[in-house]
Parts: sequence; C-alpha cells; structure tokens
Amino acid sequence: MPKLRSLEDLKQLKAEAQRSLRVREGTTTKITVGMGTCGIAAGAREVMRAILAELARRDIEATVSTTGCVGMCVQEPLVDVEQAGRRVTYGKMTAERVPTLIEEHLVRGNIVTDWVVAKGAPAT
Amino acid sequence: MQELALHVLDLAQNAVEAGARHVGIEVIEDLAGDRLTIRVTDDGRGMDEETARKASDPFYTTRATRRVGLGLSLLGGAAEAAGGGMSIRSEPGRGTTVEVTFQRSHLDRAPLGDLPNTLLVLVAGNPEITFSYRHAVDGREFVFDGAEFRAALGDLSPQHPAVLRWLRQALAEDPPESL
Repeated sequence: MPKLRSLEDLKQLKAEAQRSLRVREGTTTKITVGMGTCGIAAGAREVMRAILAELARRDIEATVSTTGCVGMCVQEPLVDVEQAGRRVTYGKMTAERVPTLIEEHLVRGNIVTDWVVAKGAPAT
Repeated sequence: MQELALHVLDLAQNAVEAGARHVGIEVIEDLAGDRLTIRVTDDGRGMDEETARKASDPFYTTRATRRVGLGLSLLGGAAEAAGGGMSIRSEPGRGTTVEVTFQRSHLDRAPLGDLPNTLLVLVAGNPEITFSYRHAVDGREFVFDGAEFRAALGDLSPQHPAVLRWLRQALAEDPPESL
C-alpha cells in the first residue's frame, strides 16, 4: 500500500471512504476513555490508541471520546462502554486487554465482569 | 509523568475541558541555549487572574469529583526540578497559554516521549477541535496543521481506519528527540 502523506492523499481517501458508505456518526456504540491527569498517568493514552486500532482492525463502528477525572482515580485507566441502552465502566484497563474487551463486549455482547467497576444507564 | 508528552496531553485536555475550539501545541528545542520550551495555547473560557494564580496549587480544582488537581502542580514541579519554570497567562473569554521551560540537558529533565501518539489521540478523540502542532529543533521544524487537516477531511470521521493510518504516517515524520 503506498504511503499516504500529502493532503491530496487525504482528500482522495475521503472520496473513496464516502463511496464505501461508512457512517460513524449516529452509531449506537460509544466508548469513553478517562483522560484526566490520573488517567493519563495510569496509561490512558496507550489504552485509547489500542481501542482506536482494534476498532479499525475489526472494522467496527463505534465513537471513541474522552472525559476528565470522575473521582475513581485508583481504578484508572477507566473505559466506559455504552451500547444498546446500557453503560458499563471498566477499570484498570490496559492496551493488552483491549482486544479481549472489544471481542467479548462489542462483538459478542458479553460484559467482562471481572474488569467491571461500575454499571448503569447512560447519563442523559 | 515519565515523559513530557504526557504533560502535553494533560495540558491539551485542560484546554478541551475549557471549551477550546483551537489548541496550539509548540515544542521548541534550543540546543545552543540548552533550553526546551513547551507551550500550549487555547481559545477556551480562560481564567481570571486569581484563578490563574491558584491553578498550579494542587489543592485547587474546578472538578466537583474530588479536591485535588495535580496536573499543573506536577508540571510546574518537574520544570523547576530541571532548571526551568512554568507560566500561566489567561484572560476570561479569550483563552489560556501555559508555557513551561526546562534546561534541556538537565539530568532530571524527563524525555520528550511519544508526541506522535499524543497528537493522534487528541486529533482522533476530538473531531470538533483544531489542533496545531509545531516541533522546532534549532531552526528545523515539523508542523501539523490541524486546520488544513480538518478542511481536507470534511465530515469524514478522524477515527475512520484509513484516516487513522494517514494520521499515523503523517505524525511519524515528527523527528524524535535528538540526543
């Protein structure tokens, strides 16, 4: 695959991407990574990078965003998964655990209970 | 933090939480003057003089979830330990600039670390925000122009696999820290 560098490449890529009708907006799965000082210190950058890479690798539609410190600092890196009306917060996430998280929770719909620190309906 | 890039990420997150639409990140290595400068500028809600002064106090935070805010305190301490310092300039309604300097060769100066992945996470995670990045080493410069990037992207998500690949390759051209 040729190295994509210039903005021309990016525009070309955009045209191709739209032709393949990939829509990420409005998708029902939302992943939120804690990126406050506590999260960053605990390794949230690597976790977020792993999540973006794994979703891309598997061609799964989900929106990844960040939030600040929520007060559960000792459990960072925290990853919230909101899907099909339920929200689950995973704690002490690592980049190594991300493939299993995506496979089990997003693909198979199985919450990985050992890693859960909180559950609840999505905040409005 | 083990790398200065993580402090950059922390400062950028502060900017995001302040409602910034534009965040400018500069890393300037002055080898002859033995100075390393990191500057993060945003156009978020800003702080009045008293708040800006208190911002680096670890026991001051605007978060309601707990009573400490360590990011700026840690960064200020890291700068002072490495022969440098931190300044916070801010204006309510205009934005904030945090500038940290270090003696570049100081033994206690943490390595720059992974700036490309720091940028990747910021750009991909905040599609509505324009990040501009400049890394200058003695006159040579690497620039990521977030405005040009977003204009070329249009309404395509920066989390699209092909865009992430493009971003990784583009950001990988940022020269690593010279020894």
